[in-house]
Amino acid sequence: MLELINVNKTFNIGTANEKKALDNLCLKLKDGDFVTVIGGNGAGKSTMLNAIAGTFRIDSGSIILDGKDITNLPEHKRAAFLGRVFQDPQMGTAPSMMIEENLALAARRGQKRGLSWGITATERAGYRELLESFGLGLEDRMTTKVGILSGGQRQALTLLMATLKKPQFLLLDEHTAALDPKTAEKVLDLSEEIVQRDHLTTLMITHNMKDAIRHGNRLIMMDEGHIVLDISEDEKKNLTVADLLQKFSMASGHEETNDKLLLS
Amino acid sequence: MGSLLNALPGAVSQGLIWGIMAIGVYITFRVLDVADLTVDGSLATGGATCIMLIRAGLNPWIALLAAFAVGMAAGFITGILHTKCGIPAILSGILTQLSLYSINLRIMDSKANQPVSVDKYPLLISSRHVSEFSIENPILLMIIFSAVVISALYWFFGTEKGCSVRATGANPNMARAQGINTNSNIILGLMLSNGLVATSGALLAQFQGSADVNMGRGAIVIGLAAVIIGEVVFGKIFKSFWLTLLAVVIGAVLYYIVLQIVLMLGLNTNDLKMITAIIVAVFLAIPFWKNKLAGKRLGKKEVSGDA
Repeated sequence: MLELINVNKTFNIGTANEKKALDNLCLKLKDGDFVTVIGGNGAGKSTMLNAIAGTFRIDSGSIILDGKDITNLPEHKRAAFLGRVFQDPQMGTAPSMMIEENLALAARRGQKRGLSWGITATERAGYRELLESFGLGLEDRMTTKVGILSGGQRQALTLLMATLKKPQFLLLDEHTAALDPKTAEKVLDLSEEIVQRDHLTTLMITHNMKDAIRHGNRLIMMDEGHIVLDISEDEKKNLTVADLLQKFSMASGHEETNDKLLLS
Repeated sequence: MGSLLNALPGAVSQGLIWGIMAIGVYITFRVLDVADLTVDGSLATGGATCIMLIRAGLNPWIALLAAFAVGMAAGFITGILHTKCGIPAILSGILTQLSLYSINLRIMDSKANQPVSVDKYPLLISSRHVSEFSIENPILLMIIFSAVVISALYWFFGTEKGCSVRATGANPNMARAQGINTNSNIILGLMLSNGLVATSGALLAQFQGSADVNMGRGAIVIGLAAVIIGEVVFGKIFKSFWLTLLAVVIGAVLYYIVLQIVLMLGLNTNDLKMITAIIVAVFLAIPFWKNKLAGKRLGKKEVSGDA
């Protein structure tokens, strides 16, 4: 389904801040895979997701989606088949626009935007039902500006927007990291629910090892810009956090990363 | 008081004409969140284009349309400089504005000023008719014109395309994640904005009976003044988009009325630009100061809470 082949990316080339973020990264996903991604700070997790989303151009390598080379496709065009939720709740919504307007924008992801009205009455009714079904208490606040919602509400809304038009691929970039534990759990459950309902192929970065083990059918661990550990569904079932840490230090060959991993 | 009443129609007409310009500034400054300085040049370009075409015998409506098109072209250049060449928006605008000065002189046959007499040409609007009760009264024409512009923009920003332009200004990251080409939307917004600014310049040149190469100097500040006055006076009661645009137009009118009063109080006209700049600076600073003050109070509370 999605394939990354020898992807390389170095930031700030030729400066003191030069950083190799992705180092010959290879990854192959099957249709319907729900992969959790863990790794320390600077391991290249977010960079990998951004490379897939097309936020920047990669230095070398290729990105293949369903047999199509999308390496040089600009970000807004890739959005046609990608749904994304970011770490920062501010990033996924337009604060000065209403809830329903944000949803209407998301409903047209990948479509040509013409001169017909930006939101229709039937749509509005549909959004109301949708919001109601998720029990966020937003269905009566459809014309509220998103900017005044809480971080958790905004993140839940971003998740709905990312999946409103069923994406081929869902990218969740530590999307619960900025939320309080209770809200984080809620948003995570909502993510699980949507991913299961639509059988979405998903990549989810998390810094919570328990979440990484509990969710998804595959777990990968990154270090220094590539994947050092790839754990399949069967193996993952009986995995504990302690196992994971041990596996990681063996795979990466350095002990101190344990702390980095745990603290991040 | 009597002289103020006499001067009022002129001030209102000018305010309404600048209101169109201010709507253009609103589109870049508030909707797109880009400070576009192209307008200082494109206002004069609109005036120059329109006047030269009218002098060449063209229908003034077509000349007005041409001014709109030339303004859009100016906005397009700024947009390309910004999005395709990676030049910061402010600098892109300044570069276009500077080159427009030369272009405007070329349009105006290398003269800094080109007159157009209402006696010789069928102008749409002229300061001569400000106090007449007739169809030619510029206030009447400008009210209708403003209503048409506001309605058209209300429609456009409600469409799928218009919504995507608003999203581009509100959160470009989100916009791209939702498949919106933010670069082309920024260019589109700049074109629309400068088209309106040039149209305003074309109307202004007809109103005052000449196009002047310097007529756009400081236009951005007047436009911002109108936007800010509109927001300060009507921000609490005017919530919907078309009312916000209306507030901007009324803001421009209020600006010109205040200006007229200040002038009548005996202020030196040479100081006007400085006064306008100070007013705009203060109003732009107020939200910042408010936040800072609120932050300080919050900080104090936290400290006392700990103790």
